[in-house]
Amino acid sequence: MSRSPEEIKKHVRVYVNVFVALMGLTVITVAISYLHLSVVPAVILALIVATIKGSLVASYFMHLINEKKMIFATLILTGIFFAALMSLPLIFHIDKFY
Amino acid sequence: MHIPYTIHARPDTGLFNAKLGVWLFLASEVMLFGALFSSYVLLRIGAPSWPHGFEILNIPLATLNTVVLITSSITMVMAWASLKIHDFARYKRYIGATVGLGFVFLIIKAFEYGAKFSAGIYPSESTFLAIYFTLTGLHGLHVVGGMIVNGYFWGPGSRMWHTEPERFTNRIEVAGLYWHFVDLVWIFLFPVLYLL
Amino acid sequence: MAHVAVTHDVHEAIHHTEELSFWRKYVFSLDHKVIGLQYLITSLVFLFFGFTLMMLMRWQLAYPGQPIPIIGKWLGEMNAPGGIMLPEFYNQLGAMHGTIMVFLGVVPLAVGAFGNYIVPLQIGAPDMAFPKLNMASYWTYLVGGITMLSSFFMPGGAANSGWTSYAPLSVVATTGQTVWLIAMVFLITSSLLGSVNFIVTIVQLRTKGMTFMRMPFFVWAQLVTSFLLLLAFPPLEAAAVMQLMDRLAGTSFFMPSGLVVAGQILDVSGGGSPLLWQHLFWFLAHPEVYVLILPAMGIIAEILANNTRKPLWGYKSLVYAAVFLGFMSFIVWAHHMFLTGMGTVISAFFQTTTMIISIPSVIILTAFFISLWGASIRINTQMLFALSFLPMFGIGGLTGLPLGLAPTDIHLHDTYYVIGHFHYVVAPGTIFALFAGVYHWYPKVTGRKMSETLGKIHFWGSLVCMNGIFMPMFIQGLAGVSRRLYDGGQQYAHAQGVLQWNEFMSIAAWLLALFQLPFIINFFLSLKTGKKVESDNPWEATTLEWATPTPPPHGNFARPVEVYRGPYEYSVPNHPTDFTPQHVPDPVKA
Repeated sequence: MSRSPEEIKKHVRVYVNVFVALMGLTVITVAISYLHLSVVPAVILALIVATIKGSLVASYFMHLINEKKMIFATLILTGIFFAALMSLPLIFHIDKFY
Repeated sequence: MHIPYTIHARPDTGLFNAKLGVWLFLASEVMLFGALFSSYVLLRIGAPSWPHGFEILNIPLATLNTVVLITSSITMVMAWASLKIHDFARYKRYIGATVGLGFVFLIIKAFEYGAKFSAGIYPSESTFLAIYFTLTGLHGLHVVGGMIVNGYFWGPGSRMWHTEPERFTNRIEVAGLYWHFVDLVWIFLFPVLYLL
Repeated sequence: MAHVAVTHDVHEAIHHTEELSFWRKYVFSLDHKVIGLQYLITSLVFLFFGFTLMMLMRWQLAYPGQPIPIIGKWLGEMNAPGGIMLPEFYNQLGAMHGTIMVFLGVVPLAVGAFGNYIVPLQIGAPDMAFPKLNMASYWTYLVGGITMLSSFFMPGGAANSGWTSYAPLSVVATTGQTVWLIAMVFLITSSLLGSVNFIVTIVQLRTKGMTFMRMPFFVWAQLVTSFLLLLAFPPLEAAAVMQLMDRLAGTSFFMPSGLVVAGQILDVSGGGSPLLWQHLFWFLAHPEVYVLILPAMGIIAEILANNTRKPLWGYKSLVYAAVFLGFMSFIVWAHHMFLTGMGTVISAFFQTTTMIISIPSVIILTAFFISLWGASIRINTQMLFALSFLPMFGIGGLTGLPLGLAPTDIHLHDTYYVIGHFHYVVAPGTIFALFAGVYHWYPKVTGRKMSETLGKIHFWGSLVCMNGIFMPMFIQGLAGVSRRLYDGGQQYAHAQGVLQWNEFMSIAAWLLALFQLPFIINFFLSLKTGKKVESDNPWEATTLEWATPTPPPHGNFARPVEVYRGPYEYSVPNHPTDFTPQHVPDPVKA
């Protein structure tokens, strides 16, 4: 894991690029909201932008892009249970509680 | 007594203890915020009408807060990078900036809350406001927690750099992981609560 | 470079012993063994306290409306005027019995005490990965526990909405519920710190040669348990925060519109969903069931292998079954909610997953039974407890099947049948396993064995009384007696035919308490008078905890240990002894 100073400098350039991208995406997501789209496309667009931003933070700032497989295994497991949790509204929907 | 792999990675897992520990902690945090997000979706779908966030909440302030938090994320990662190139003075500046930006975030948040309360808008008003205050409040607590940790590593905790530099760098990496996660949660909170 | 540093780390781990003050050594200790014992003592106290609450309830059920002898007048005029228990107080006792037994008794005992003490020893680690976090976990647990008990002194008494705290009842309940929620936040935090620590310890601190498939089954059980605690508890924490908001800030997460309480429409914004609470609660509470049972299975595996003197049958399938069990436990939660108006699609899904999850439990139990086949079994107290665990857990598990199927659950839901079912799993199941664990590891901790005579009195008395309490519950439940009745069913025509069992069950419960006395006496007396062990490995076991000095010092192992084989190498052909410890190298081949 010991990285040379040159490597770190390369990393720093990446961080700055990611930062610029995040700022740009923030502007985009706010701009979209001013279009006052109807709910479904608005939700889809907002979530797409947020997911891109989130993955940028996770991949580069949190170094997930070159992380060990033990971490990935944990996160995949968490992802599955997260999906189970997010299925709650679906359960209500299928049962026609609304 | 000495615990193995606090500084160096275990060869077969490639990880030092604290890094695995903090990722596990973040996994549980995913489930914590996940439950709240899920409740939000469930309550929203079930509601006969649901206000648009932008009708009630202050988007310019929240956008500013997004910028502040993302900036604090890059200063955090720069603090870690500074330690990697053994530039302690630079580290101090960056970690100080991270804590400072955390403060700015909370002050802006306080203005937002204050404006709502003085206009008589409370969590008990509607389910939307209930989830808004709960989610942002819980996120705010996480920011406070992160600031305490980062503040410690900026102040008294930074002495470790002079005795165990590698271990200290690890600590900053791990603290950074948590801080980026707090940023990441906000990245989802912002559109979900304010923009939709 | 990393390799050099690693060996250095390991060597440093061994050669450090420092003198600590009394406070650092026994109270604010960082040693996983001391913390484990702190957990042990605290959770046993909570366990007996929770049992006492139930004994009070059993009086009310056996002799409704009659004053409780002796103790009755200490309960206070608010709770039991003239020694006669009020319905409100009965509800408090019920809610607190469940909460204390699950969150303050059994889980801390199974995970906090046994996990803490045994896991690092069995994987050959000097301590837990984060000793300070370990200490914080215990103290957070203690604060949570004391907070929970303090709720009895709130105006209106303790939480009284059941251990499940279903909304909206719990939202409009007395102040005790707020304290319950705050205490739960502490307990969840504690188990979160603990589970992170366990996973990191097991993944990172396994000694040389201790591959995953050489870990004792107990360690596997703790690993799966820790993942359950890590990922299932946060949704309940979120739900607890939302319920706190409902109670304190007047929000309506769980409050539907137009809810009428005491003839008045509640003044809340409404629009919430009471079912949301149930979903989030059971999202934790079903995996919690496996948190209760998996460590128990782990203990049973160790004791069975040790006393059958042969390898555990199907070690690999046991491991895979435990992992699969843990995984499936996250997607069965709604089988607790068939009666909430659930539609056929969702109910079919959860019935299916529930039937699937019974498979790994059956695999584990079957492997345990087959392990007994052809063995020359050594009968001692821990083996008696372990042997009785098998049929007791079997009864608990099999009676669960009708509850997992909606058509039968509609009849049995919320009756004494349910109480009987899960108590068979947890009381003569898990708690027997925990007793077995105490008898089994006592010599390692103290250097002395517990008395076999007292142990056998404890065992036989407990076995008979446990069945005396819980077997009649199936009868009452099948007759349709609801579990929450303050008078035990006296007012109901359909209950008349099975009412006579109430007194029988109550007497069995009080006798059960009596039969715990030999255990308590044994536990303390054996510290002084127990038979001293002649070696560090009195049971001639194979796993690493027996390779330490007795009792293990801070840092555990006298010299670095290396593992050469699987955990249960008993009766290996052509080996001089009938056990081959994991850390003993093979004789050098010429």
